[in-house]
Amino acid sequence: MAKEAAAHPQIAAPPLMTRIGRFLNGKAFAYLCIAPVILVMAAIIFYPMIQGIFYSFTNANDANIGAHIGPNVIPPSYKTVGLQNYINILSNKASGSVIFSGLLAQTVIWVLGCVIFHAVFGVALALLLNRRIRFRGIYRALMMIPWAMPQYVAALAWSFFLNQDYGIINVTLTTLHLHAIPWTTDANWARVAVIMVNIWLGVPFYVVTVLGGLQSIPAELNEAAAIDGANWWQRFRTVTLPLLRPVLSLVMLLDVIWTFNLFSVIYFITGGAPGHASDTIISYAYEGPIQGHNYGIGAAYGMIILLILLIFTIGYSRAVRLSQGVE
Amino acid sequence: MMEMELPQATSSVVLPTTEAPAKTTTRAVAAKKPPFKLVPFLANLGTHGALIIAALIAAMPLLLIFFTSLKTESETFSTTISILPKVWHWDNYTYVLHDNFLTYLTNSVYVAVLTTLLALVVTLPAGYALSRFEFLGKQGVMLSFLVTQMFPAPLLLVPLYLLYYQLHLLNNDNGLVIAYATTALPFSVWMLKNFFDAIPKELDQAGLVDGLNVWGVFYRIIMPLTIPGIAVVAFYNFMNSWNEFMFANLFISTTDRQTLPISLHNYDFATGVHWPWLCADAIMITLPVMLFFFWAQRYLISGLTGGSVKG
Repeated sequence: MAKEAAAHPQIAAPPLMTRIGRFLNGKAFAYLCIAPVILVMAAIIFYPMIQGIFYSFTNANDANIGAHIGPNVIPPSYKTVGLQNYINILSNKASGSVIFSGLLAQTVIWVLGCVIFHAVFGVALALLLNRRIRFRGIYRALMMIPWAMPQYVAALAWSFFLNQDYGIINVTLTTLHLHAIPWTTDANWARVAVIMVNIWLGVPFYVVTVLGGLQSIPAELNEAAAIDGANWWQRFRTVTLPLLRPVLSLVMLLDVIWTFNLFSVIYFITGGAPGHASDTIISYAYEGPIQGHNYGIGAAYGMIILLILLIFTIGYSRAVRLSQGVE
Repeated sequence: MMEMELPQATSSVVLPTTEAPAKTTTRAVAAKKPPFKLVPFLANLGTHGALIIAALIAAMPLLLIFFTSLKTESETFSTTISILPKVWHWDNYTYVLHDNFLTYLTNSVYVAVLTTLLALVVTLPAGYALSRFEFLGKQGVMLSFLVTQMFPAPLLLVPLYLLYYQLHLLNNDNGLVIAYATTALPFSVWMLKNFFDAIPKELDQAGLVDGLNVWGVFYRIIMPLTIPGIAVVAFYNFMNSWNEFMFANLFISTTDRQTLPISLHNYDFATGVHWPWLCADAIMITLPVMLFFFWAQRYLISGLTGGSVKG
């Protein structure tokens, strides 16, 4: 009410103090509330981000970025190199034996594999957990474990289980007189390993969000469909899934972005091995240029990732009209 | 038969409005239920079977870490199946506890608590403003939240490291607090906005009519109604900073300031990883958050979906 009154000027202008009061109770308050967020983000996220963008056009590395050693200040001495970093990356000249199209292909496989299985398992488990059954709380709590564990602890643990010689999986296989799986020496098994671990990590987030979505669907809708003779699959497709779409489309978008940028799983499980077969763009950028202190190249990789994700997000939002889901 | 397959909204505090009618209908149908039917029985059996398998897969790594934490080092290199330790070596825990564990713990608690407080002070008003007011740049703010998620975190590291150097925030736990609170900020504000969106705007107007100013409305009426939301965001920030590895590893260089995740490094020797000690440490790091998590998870469900389900 107050907001509408402020938006439509009255015929007789209200007294000055009232107008100031309205301003303080409206927009000024909003700006004051949002200001700290903007300030902190500007300093800690946007400023480094812009500096990163700038570095991507330079040959900055550990030797020329400048330093303060005791009282001595060594000024930065890197130069701008234009688009050279990008050209080098895209023409596979940036570093060593890595081929960009290979990284890109593995990134697509990794993101698709993870997101599709996350969604399928997440929705299926949420549907099961939404039934009225005994021990539901216990099941749900146990299923949250992968989310509650620190990510690097989980990744370290999995690297232990997937160990070639004494990991639990291969030990079990050899005891059953089956062949041990070459988790980190065979390209395809390495891809399976990293995707498998990340599926394990990501399903709880879907279970939680989809369960929230399911609980907001009025039971009457499903009852009505059941009375009309719809079986469970028809009810799922025509009633439940459409009503889950706003939640799912947003969660899947976030999942694509997060998975694209996730490197700890690959870093701990295979380290990109064999060769760079299980490396995605981000995991390679971290293992290679960033840890090797080639900040210019590393930043250029970051920009390429940012551009891919921006284009994807715009296309995706158009496709599912995300705006309705967000607003 | 049909009542078995109806997805019902039952548990917890999440959505009392849809919950109430669901319960009464079930009861009405249940009264007519015949004593035994094969199909629902099998459906139930299948549900439990699938859930037990899923729960086992989810919990197995944690269990294996726990068992490994009680083994001797040579047992971890066994090539025969040995899930349970032969003798339960609790002294692995004693060793880790005496290896500066309390220092790391103190630092972790300091960082996590301060991060949570800072995050709440900054995000609560912002989430409220984004939920209730139209103002210039609002769409831009919401959009920039999404863009920050796309920028790969490893690339923030170098510029942030240089910035921290200039601000004397390196090897300083307060620097970690600022970094954690900020990087968790977009998601926190977005979740809080969802919570505030779920509270009817009529309450704000009633408060204004009764003579409160906007701050009073926010502080006295809306905030008390958002306690679950506050709990979720507090928990999210606490967990985030408790578990964070990358920033802590880069920014903190001396043992007296390091946080728990970094302590895992102590058992990664040049000769190889000492798994029993590492696992004992991992269990002690994970357990407090895990217990906290189980308590908070019901609120998480409403927090993540609160406002986005409307469409």
